[in-house]
Amino acid sequence: MFACIFIPDFSAQAIIRLEPDLRARPVAVLTGWPPLEKVVTLNERARQAGVEAGATKPQLEAWENLVLRARSESQETSAHAALLDCAQSFSPEVEDTSPGIVLLNLAGLEPLLGPLPKIAHDLARRVFQMGLEANVAVAANPDAALLAARGFPGVTLIPEGREAERLGDLPVDVLLEGFSSDAEEAACWVETFDRWGIRKLRALAALPEVPVSERLGQQGLRLQKLARGAALRNLRVLEPRLIFAESVELESPIVLLEPLAFLLNRMLEQVCARLRARALAIQELRLNLELATAQSNGCASFSQTLTRIFTRTLRLPVPMLDAKVFLKLLQLDLQAHPPGAPIVKIHLSADPARPRALQSGLFQPVFPEPEKLELTLARIAGIVGEERVGSVELLDTHREGAFAVRHFAPAEPAPTDPEVKQSGKKKAMSMPESESACQVEESAKDKRSAVIALRLFRPPLGASVTLREAKPVRMRCLERADIAGEIVWTAGPWRSSGDWSEQEGWSREEWDIAVSAETGLVLYRLVQDKLSGNWFVEGTYD
Amino acid sequence: MGRPYIFSPQSFPRSNAEKIAKKTAEILAEVGAIPKLAAVVPASHLDVRPAPEMVSSGIPQLDSLTGGLARGCLTEICGTTSSGRTSVLLFALARATERGEICALVDASDAFDPASAAAAGMEMSRLLWVRCGEKFPSHKHPSAALTGCAKTGDSYQGMPSGIPQVAEKRFGFSRWESQLGQMLKVTDLLLQSNGFGMIALDLGDVPVPSARRIPLASWFRFRRAVEHTPTALLVLEQQPIAGSCSSMLVQVSGVRSQVAGKRLSAVSSQLSGNPPMQSELPHAELLDQFEIRAELMRSRLERKPAQSAASFKSRAAWAG
Repeated sequence: MFACIFIPDFSAQAIIRLEPDLRARPVAVLTGWPPLEKVVTLNERARQAGVEAGATKPQLEAWENLVLRARSESQETSAHAALLDCAQSFSPEVEDTSPGIVLLNLAGLEPLLGPLPKIAHDLARRVFQMGLEANVAVAANPDAALLAARGFPGVTLIPEGREAERLGDLPVDVLLEGFSSDAEEAACWVETFDRWGIRKLRALAALPEVPVSERLGQQGLRLQKLARGAALRNLRVLEPRLIFAESVELESPIVLLEPLAFLLNRMLEQVCARLRARALAIQELRLNLELATAQSNGCASFSQTLTRIFTRTLRLPVPMLDAKVFLKLLQLDLQAHPPGAPIVKIHLSADPARPRALQSGLFQPVFPEPEKLELTLARIAGIVGEERVGSVELLDTHREGAFAVRHFAPAEPAPTDPEVKQSGKKKAMSMPESESACQVEESAKDKRSAVIALRLFRPPLGASVTLREAKPVRMRCLERADIAGEIVWTAGPWRSSGDWSEQEGWSREEWDIAVSAETGLVLYRLVQDKLSGNWFVEGTYD
Repeated sequence: MGRPYIFSPQSFPRSNAEKIAKKTAEILAEVGAIPKLAAVVPASHLDVRPAPEMVSSGIPQLDSLTGGLARGCLTEICGTTSSGRTSVLLFALARATERGEICALVDASDAFDPASAAAAGMEMSRLLWVRCGEKFPSHKHPSAALTGCAKTGDSYQGMPSGIPQVAEKRFGFSRWESQLGQMLKVTDLLLQSNGFGMIALDLGDVPVPSARRIPLASWFRFRRAVEHTPTALLVLEQQPIAGSCSSMLVQVSGVRSQVAGKRLSAVSSQLSGNPPMQSELPHAELLDQFEIRAELMRSRLERKPAQSAASFKSRAAWAG
């Protein structure tokens, strides 16, 4: 058995998908260059209101509540991709028939997903969750399912052998819309059938085959087979492509973050729904904003609008699938890095990854939730700056104080394997020497004493130093009056230099000194830059 | 409380007071005030606050003095410059990261030295370092040749030393006010995010008058936020500032530094007596270790300390 998902008025529904508020209102989709725009598609409410396809924009002024939208190919592409994702979450054999139409093979799915009526209703429900209203039909062959989905609203189930009976009530137009190659050819067929008095598929199916072949040729025979629901063919199975992207072209540019967040929220929800349908999560999220930048061409009255792309990328430490978290992260990121120009197009794409599956252990140390941690880091970065929060990595160099700040992404503790634990216990019981070795290691850890820490002044404080016999004997900090006095003890100098072959070569002489203060002796690290000869207090030992 | 009067209202003429009492009872029953009174728990049945879980600071002498560092509580470590307080803090953080916990250091004065932390055995990937500071334009080291930070592109972006006065004049706020404001906001966020084993606030270089301007309400908020969580909140400062909000106050003092096995005080007195005639070569003298004295000034925990002070040593990273 085969199922067909057909989205009526696809162009209109692709727009309504990202603007759900329009579902209850009459919507007409226009195409063409102004002022010659014409209605190409309209939703059922607009049809009930009396609007017809092909009407021009001035004609539409008679309807006050009618919502007009320009046709958006990018939104149609996204909607069709969502439809494919939905179909592929049910069956591995899916045919990408045309925009808004998907066929899928249901063979062998009944033991997994239940009886066919249930599968058909589940398909319709899943498509509705994606923001689209679909007709779903199940039949014994793909073309019969396609005809039924085109002709009957809602969910239709045609039992095997009764295709001709069920499809017979459909008008001939349904057959010609779906299976003729172009509009002119379809018009010819309609005229022919009209002259013959054939209005419904039942009449076409009842014609004898030989006279049809003589008068209409092989194409006529094919149409008759389709009308009988007897055309057999294989599905052109689609190779699944893991591209998850959503686009919105804006009629009027967005300049504020709030309306942008409103749109981003809907796009993220759609992307997350698509990924959820495939049991995937997001590893990396890319936001491309097309910005309108007006460039003046010398004349004040004439300016040309150019566009440039503004890209932000969120790299997540673990795969996530929470639209709210993504929205907050994007908001915080855009607050820190504003686009700087009005936005005319939004493109959001996600790199999929397998979702994180980790069973926490009872005795494992506490660990922050990755989603919450990412949000916290983004908020902290908004307060102190992006480069001032993260984990430190010491660089492999002799240069003093060389480090880099990386994005904080601690590895989650791996759950301990109970078997390993058990075997470890057994080993410990059978091998006392290993136990003693562990104890030695533990005791060695315990015996480790604290290490004298250095507190740095960033940047180092400039100092005036008095030397006697090449040794500092008195020091006065130029910027802090409280750091001054007789040096009662010195150790050094320790000289180091490096990167002499590069522009930023360095050479320094380091002293440890003790200065008497009100609270007792204070130990400082005093440094002389040998290239400039200046003295600095680099920090205190604490 | 269900019946506001004893006798049936029909059998006796009602006075105005009775009518009012009945009306009041009806209104209270409607709004649900009467059932609530029944749920009031007598004070004698209040739950006893459970003793907090203690974790090791990594220093056995300090653990025997304080019982360790309390999770879900605020602990203050105070001391003057060169008292050894930073060594204690970094060592406690290092041990926590070794246990596999995620820790955070909120550095109000941007004084953290990664090399010292690495020498203490810190697992850097488990430590979140937040450097509070003004968002002024990137400022290079006065002498880029001195350190490598300029090379890494992560150079001193904190406030340059000469700028505070300019900032005060131009922007109308002081350096420390802004940095402490950042620190409070960041700490709030970290405490709300949960899952951190230890959060340390380093106010070691913040002048006491500025540190005392942190409102007590903030400390109270931190105390409430950290309560019932597995996080140990440590505050490093020059003088106690959190008041009764801290569960434990440890004063670190009495440093006796040793140089090549001798006390630095002895060496210094010898040097100060005759500075030019230093008998040993200066580069032959190395700072070996600190002797740190920790005193338990206050503890709200159940444990009764057997002693009020303890001494321990911290070695220099180069001492091996």
